[in-house]
Amino acid sequence: MLPIDPSKRNSFERHICEGDLVIVYERHDNMKAIKLQKDSVFQNRFGVFKHSDWIGKPFGSKVLSNKGGFVYLLAPTPELWTLVLSHRTQILYLPDISFVLSYLEIVPGCLVLESGTGSGSLTTSLARAVAPSGHVYTFDFHEQRANLAREDFKRNGLSSLITVTVRDIQGEGFPEEFCGSADSVFLDLPQPWLAMPSAGRMLKQDGVLCSFSPCIEQVQHSCEALKSNFTDVRTFEVLLRTYEIKEVRMDGNGGGEGSPVGPFPRKRRQRLSGEGNNGNVEQTTTAVMVRPCSEARGHTGYLTFARLACI
Amino acid sequence: MAEEGGGHQVEEALRPPNPRTTWEGCSVLLDINDGDRLVFARLSPAASLKIGNKKCFLSPLIGCPYGSLFRVDTGPDGPHLTRISSSSAPSHDNCMQESDDGQSIDELKDNRSLIDNNTAQSLSSNDIDAMKREGATGDEIVEALIANSSTFGKKTAFSQEKYKLKKQKKHAPKVLLRRPSTRSICETYFKKHPARIGFLRMDTLSLLLSMANVGAYSDVLVVDMVGGLLTGAIAERLGGIGYTCSTYFRSMPYPSDIVRMFNFSSEICSRIIQAPFSDLCSSQNLDNENSKSHENTQSSEMQSQTEDSLLTESASKSLIALSEDPVVLEGDYMPDCRHENNTSTGCKSANSGRKVPPELVKLWNERGFSSLIVAAPELELGSLIQDLLPLLSYSAPFAIYHQFLQPLATCMHRLQTSRMAINLQISEPWLREYQVLPSRTHPMMQMSACGGYILSGIRICSSEACNGNN
Repeated sequence: MLPIDPSKRNSFERHICEGDLVIVYERHDNMKAIKLQKDSVFQNRFGVFKHSDWIGKPFGSKVLSNKGGFVYLLAPTPELWTLVLSHRTQILYLPDISFVLSYLEIVPGCLVLESGTGSGSLTTSLARAVAPSGHVYTFDFHEQRANLAREDFKRNGLSSLITVTVRDIQGEGFPEEFCGSADSVFLDLPQPWLAMPSAGRMLKQDGVLCSFSPCIEQVQHSCEALKSNFTDVRTFEVLLRTYEIKEVRMDGNGGGEGSPVGPFPRKRRQRLSGEGNNGNVEQTTTAVMVRPCSEARGHTGYLTFARLACI
Repeated sequence: MAEEGGGHQVEEALRPPNPRTTWEGCSVLLDINDGDRLVFARLSPAASLKIGNKKCFLSPLIGCPYGSLFRVDTGPDGPHLTRISSSSAPSHDNCMQESDDGQSIDELKDNRSLIDNNTAQSLSSNDIDAMKREGATGDEIVEALIANSSTFGKKTAFSQEKYKLKKQKKHAPKVLLRRPSTRSICETYFKKHPARIGFLRMDTLSLLLSMANVGAYSDVLVVDMVGGLLTGAIAERLGGIGYTCSTYFRSMPYPSDIVRMFNFSSEICSRIIQAPFSDLCSSQNLDNENSKSHENTQSSEMQSQTEDSLLTESASKSLIALSEDPVVLEGDYMPDCRHENNTSTGCKSANSGRKVPPELVKLWNERGFSSLIVAAPELELGSLIQDLLPLLSYSAPFAIYHQFLQPLATCMHRLQTSRMAINLQISEPWLREYQVLPSRTHPMMQMSACGGYILSGIRICSSEACNGNN
């Protein structure tokens, strides 16, 4: 997924090969991750696609099914991975992930601690941020979940950047070997305040901690716990509003009925052509209209950040 | 000079990716009184800063950990900065101390008897000046003000804290030493000079970086008309591995002063390239690109080696050139801060004012850029994007920022029609900060209502090129 291996790096010269992880794009809300195997097929409502037809094409290609349907083959990125990964837990999405990466000031070479691993959505982006010389140590108390995440990271070529360990961070804290060596710590735990004293010991001077909690009561409790050895405690909520666009025909002189932004441009066109035949030509213009999509994610969680106070 | 430079590189190489302490010549962000004033400075023995009406030298800050807190003290030699432990100082954040019984007592208190007639404080400004002459510290003055306030005892614990903080800011200013990073630099500009960074909010900037898959080993193409903030943010994420190619559409590169606020190593600086757009698309017809066979990766590796040595050379030249510049900092922030003659100061792109190395252009033409970020409020986006997208490798993500929505909508429509990209989406980030205090948790009373808009998408391979290639 990451271009650490120069031979895997996406470029004009790179073509899809056997064993590649490919994101099959149907629509912006319908994608799948596929490991390419030459005897295998991919099937969806548009028909059957043979993997062997994909080999040798560049990423970004449009490929056809036996019935003439098409999909696009995309090179995987952490952002696309977040959209296709299998949900074993509630996951973090792009707005929270990007905010956390910037706020925690994660750059190549950093050592980052994370708990819980969950489905590995954030972990994948953390790995990109610390690559090639840094490392992400991620902990989850659920053994099966940790194993599945480890397999995912291996499959995505991230094993050299991520270490997954089964450990109850709330109960046991982070391993003492990381004492004073973490650049940043990320907590996504039901009772994060239990892990905060340990997180404080792990962080380097001036290092930043982030705790993600869906409920305000958790935030309240966490902020109390952070009082003792953290400073700059700040809580945020980040959301994304998406927009849809539409090309709309409008009557030039506003005559006749209805709003110029009417939702039936096709009907209007028919009516206009009819009028044209009568010699009564109305001036029309087209405009690109934009409005927020009608549904959006209303809440993910609160992000609480704190900086380890200098002694 | 050459020896000094070498010594610096050794020092630089030992520095961790996120250095935790300051050094002579480094750039710092000084946060005075919890964000009331934010100043970028470069630490040198001669650098000074005026706080209130006192001129303080910044030399005590050299060698201190980032995150250290300083107090302005007045000694026999005049005012100076003294480091204090941060636990002894209250701050504006959510850690506000509350006495154990504060809450229960608070319930009985309110402001019904508070009359605003300026008689509550019995200390006059003359009294305070006298105390100062006698050498009282700022904290002692604050204590005296509290002791002489007839209403302080009647206030709730919360408003007592507010009162104390207000007086502290005036009489005992505190300076917090912050590390300049993409986050702190963006937050500072957004708060103090938003127009200079095109009103690009921190969460929006973060999204741009993620959406464009910025990470080590990428070659990121950028149009940065937001003062260099975007270029700096990308270079920080690349950590000196891969290239930030900042392209421009006029005779001169766009200003990029903000890049110098970061403490970039010469390695990272050497990976920032400024290139006029015409140079980037000079030598190729892009749709024929992949019909070229990828015969010898070996020779291209050799090329990249020569090109590396070439860059280091030009980088060191530009650093020497830079050391002749007298002042690097924002003049209006700190007119009295001189940028001393020091080779490690600031960062200019490797080829500043020079032609882009042709080897590099060739490499980018062969590979394609791995992503594109645009923040160009003054350019017409539609044709701009159609010119830039062919420079990206297929399946490369891109993200375009604009302070206004309409240009992005028009651009998106144009991209949809031209079938150059998929996964097109316009999004607007929304960021709300909360006050979290016992029984007093709520969103902040003031928030930024607009962080701008982003059009993101993925470049695709036009069907002719794909079929021709097979």
